[in-house]
Amino acid sequence: MSQDREPLFSSKNLKLLREPLDDSNPITVQVLGICSALAITVKLEPSVVMALSVVFVMGVSNVVVSLLRAKIPPRIRIIVQLTVIASLVILVDEFLAAFAYEVSKQLSVFVGLIITNCIIMGRLEAFALANKPWPSFLDGIGNAAGYGLILVIVGFVRELFGSGTIYGYQVVPEQAYTAGYENNGLFILPPMALVTVGIIIWVQRYRNRKLIEEQQS
Amino acid sequence: MKNFTNTYIFTFSAIMVVIVAAVLSVVAMQLQPMQKKNMEINKMQNILLSLNIQTSKDSALQKYDQYIVDSYVINHKGERKEGVDAFSVNLAKEIDKAPENRDLPIFVASHGEDGKQYVVPVRGKGLWGPIWGYVTLEDDYNTIYGTNFAHQSETPGLGAEIANRPFQKQFIGKKIFNEQGAFVSVDVIKKEAPPDAPHAVDGISGGTITSNGVDEMLKEIIGVYVPYFKEKQKNN
Repeated sequence: MSQDREPLFSSKNLKLLREPLDDSNPITVQVLGICSALAITVKLEPSVVMALSVVFVMGVSNVVVSLLRAKIPPRIRIIVQLTVIASLVILVDEFLAAFAYEVSKQLSVFVGLIITNCIIMGRLEAFALANKPWPSFLDGIGNAAGYGLILVIVGFVRELFGSGTIYGYQVVPEQAYTAGYENNGLFILPPMALVTVGIIIWVQRYRNRKLIEEQQS
Repeated sequence: MKNFTNTYIFTFSAIMVVIVAAVLSVVAMQLQPMQKKNMEINKMQNILLSLNIQTSKDSALQKYDQYIVDSYVINHKGERKEGVDAFSVNLAKEIDKAPENRDLPIFVASHGEDGKQYVVPVRGKGLWGPIWGYVTLEDDYNTIYGTNFAHQSETPGLGAEIANRPFQKQFIGKKIFNEQGAFVSVDVIKKEAPPDAPHAVDGISGGTITSNGVDEMLKEIIGVYVPYFKEKQKNN
């Protein structure tokens, strides 16, 4: 075992961080975690907090499961993963209620629903159970960031057109409203999040041709 | 794949559960005082908002002490109940009881030169979950001085509009008793309410069930206070 230690940010490791942002984005390519992407992206602020919470939960849970990977009996591994995720989510929920009460009120039930976010379980099953802690950590952060990126874009678009504000600040000038401009109520409702995600997928595949599936004859 | 014995699996689960339980309980206990304080400050902010006073998180406590001069609990006959703290009454539990057994909190405010105001907490049902708020009356126990409503999960842009100031400001100046002195509350109606109608405000288009919820909430909760208000009006 005279193998050289792999550098922390080797190209292989960096790829774990970068790939989920584009080529294997959990939302736009793997179409996971859509439910929460629809529910909490009405405004930018909850989107950002949700993204950060998921980054935390995913980074830590991937490391924990990776550290325990030789100890976890395969027969109960799903339950163990759920326990790890659920505990971290409760921690996030408690901390938000103590330090960011306004935001925690807005996110309300959706913080708890991070537990059901398919991306997290998916990465634990697919990656952390078979890899060392550091790559697992990067994989978790990368996927959560890929998820968060889409949340923030959708939150930005929906808040701008739905409420005329960005991060709670009015950006559409008063004159526009007097001239007859109105906020688009459709953007506040979940269907528009789906349409926005659809447009992101379209733009992404236009830029990144290798994502386009082969036509089946 | 390694084979794990059943004993190992049971031991593993037991240890895991104990560790998780310990960590979560410690964190929950440590953070509880801060969470409780946040909730109290939020409640103060909501009470002050029904007096049309905007506060930040930091100024809420000081403004609350400045404007809220008294608070007490009454029963359905309008008699004062001693030994109950109005601020800590949990309305969600009270509305499950029969009206005769309820603790009815009243907060007395003194804001500006308009004499005293009386803040009554209300709670009812929206479309998806509970709605609640505060209704403040002027010292004629009839004219609405201000309101503030909040909700748990009404539809954004529709029912959730009850939490926005434009909806709440409609109530200012409306009266809950008619000219004969009978309790009529304020109706939240579907048609456009004329601005000078004393007992009606506009409901929210697309938020009819939530609007009806507000309507019923006012009738039901404030209705229980009516004997007390009547008594006070006589003394005025």
